[in-house]
Amino acid sequence: MEKRYGDNVVLRGLNFDVAKGDRVTLIGPSGSGKTTILRLVMTLEEAEGGYIFVDGEPLTHEERGGARVEMKGSHKHRLRQRIGMVFQQFNLFPNMTVMQNIIEAPVHVLGMSKKAAIAKAEGLLEQVGLADKAHSHPLELSGGQQQRVAIARALAMDPEILLLDEVTSALDPEIVGEVLGILRHIAETTDITMLIVTHEMQFARDVSNRVLMFDGGRIIEEATPEVMFSNPQHERTQSFLQAVLGNPMVEAAE
Amino acid sequence: MNVVWEWDKAFEVLPVLLSGFFQVTLLVTVLSTVIAAVLGLVIAIVRRSAPRPIGRVVGFVVDFIRMTPIVVQLLFAYYAFLNVSPIVIGIAVFGIHYSTYMAEVYRAGIDSVPESQWEATTALSMSRYRIWTAVVVPQALRATAPALGNYAISMFKDTPFLLTIGVVEMVQAGLIFGGNNFKYLEAITIAGVIFLLASYPTSLLIGRLEKRLAFSN
Ligand SMILES: Nc1ncnc2c1ncn2[C@@H]1O[C@H](COP(=O)(O)OP(=O)(O)O)[C@@H](O)[C@H]1O
Ligand SMILES: [Mg+2]
Repeated sequence: MEKRYGDNVVLRGLNFDVAKGDRVTLIGPSGSGKTTILRLVMTLEEAEGGYIFVDGEPLTHEERGGARVEMKGSHKHRLRQRIGMVFQQFNLFPNMTVMQNIIEAPVHVLGMSKKAAIAKAEGLLEQVGLADKAHSHPLELSGGQQQRVAIARALAMDPEILLLDEVTSALDPEIVGEVLGILRHIAETTDITMLIVTHEMQFARDVSNRVLMFDGGRIIEEATPEVMFSNPQHERTQSFLQAVLGNPMVEAAE
Repeated sequence: MNVVWEWDKAFEVLPVLLSGFFQVTLLVTVLSTVIAAVLGLVIAIVRRSAPRPIGRVVGFVVDFIRMTPIVVQLLFAYYAFLNVSPIVIGIAVFGIHYSTYMAEVYRAGIDSVPESQWEATTALSMSRYRIWTAVVVPQALRATAPALGNYAISMFKDTPFLLTIGVVEMVQAGLIFGGNNFKYLEAITIAGVIFLLASYPTSLLIGRLEKRLAFSN
C-alpha cells in the first residue's frame, strides 16, 4: 500500500496478509499509521497506490492491463458489508435510540425483517450487558455504555472482519476493563477476523495470535504476543514497549 | 385634517382584516413555507452531493434569486405568467425566494453533522438514501429548525408585498376598506397588531421546539 496526506508519506510499500480467524494487533508509536490502515480497510480513506484483497477479491481497486482501476460502487458496497468497525469515539447516531442504532443496518442493508433484527439486537444487548438500555438515546449513556452499544451495532451485521481502533482510549480507566472483557468474550466465542489497534498490551496478549509493530508506516517487527512482549528483537520495539508498559511485561510473564 | 381614532370603524374593519388574514396571508405563508422548506432541502442536498457542474448551476440560480428583491420577482412572475392567478404566483414566488435562504440554513446544518457520523454510515454500509434520511437530515434539522422557523416569520411579514400584484391580502383588504370609508389609520393599526399577535407566539413556539429537538430527553 501507498498512502500520503499531501507531502506526508504515511504508508509506503506496506504489505501484509491476515488469515481468516486471525487476531492481529497493531502496535507502534502515535502517528505510525495504524489508524490509517484500519481506515483503508474500512474504505474511509483512499490509498494512492496498492491493493487490498478481502477473501481474494480486490476491495477498492484492481490491476487491469497494468493500470490501477477503481472498482464499481456496488462491488465496494457488497464487500464492505463483510467488514465492521468500532471507533475510538463510538460514533453512535445520536438521533436514534440504542435499538434503532443496532437494527439500522441489518434491516436496511441486509434486508432482515424488523422483528428478526430486534430479536438479534436484544441478544447482543444482553451480551454487552445493556439489555435495559434498548430505548435510551446514546447521549444518555456513559462512554463505556456507548462503546458497548457500538460493539453490538457492529456485531449485528455479522462481520467476518472486525476493525477495532483504540476502542478503550476515550474511556475512563475503571470502565476499560469491562469493555475489554466483552471483546475478549467475542474473541473466544466467534471466529471473526480481527484487526486491533490498542495500547492495552495485556488485552493484546490475551486476544491476539499475531502482533505487528509499526514505525513510520512500516512493519518493523512481527511476532506472536508471547515473543513480542517478552522478547522483542528490534530496538525500537523494546523502547516502545518500555514506554507503554512502564516496566516490560517480561517480569509478569515469568 | 385631524387624525382621530374611531372605534366603530375599528370594529367594522376587523372582520375584513381577519378574512384577508385567514384566506390569503396565512394561506400563502403556510403553503410557501412548505414549498420553501422542501425545495430548500433539495437545493442543499443537490449542492452537497450532485456532480460539480449541476451544483454550480444551482448555486448560480440561488445567488441570483437571493440578490434580487422579492417585489421585483413578484412583478416579474406576474407579468411573465399573466394567465396564472396572482395568488398562485405569490405562493410560488415566496416559496422559491425563501427556499434559497432555507437552503443556506440546511447547508450549515448538514455541515454541522460531524465527519465521524458519515464514517459510521460507511462502516455500516448504509445506502445513500438511508444516510440522508436516517442520519444526516434528522441531525441537520435539529440544528436548523429554529432558523427555518424564523424565516417562516419573515416570510409572513413580507406577505403585504403581494399587494403589488393585486392580491387582496390583509393589508390590501384594509386599504380598500380605508379608501371606501376615508379611514386608513384603524385598518393599518389593527393589521399591525394582528401581525404582532401571530408572530410573537410563533417565535415563542420556535424557542420551545428548539429545546424539544435536543437529542436526549
Ligand atoms: N486526515 C489526515 N490528514 C492529514 N494527515 C493525517 C490525517 N490522518 C492521519 N494523518 C497523518 O498520518 C500519519 C499516520 O496517522 P495515524 O494512522 O492516525 O497513526 P496512528 O494511528 O498510528 O497514531 C500521521 O503522521 C498523521 O499525522
Ligand atoms: Mg490511531
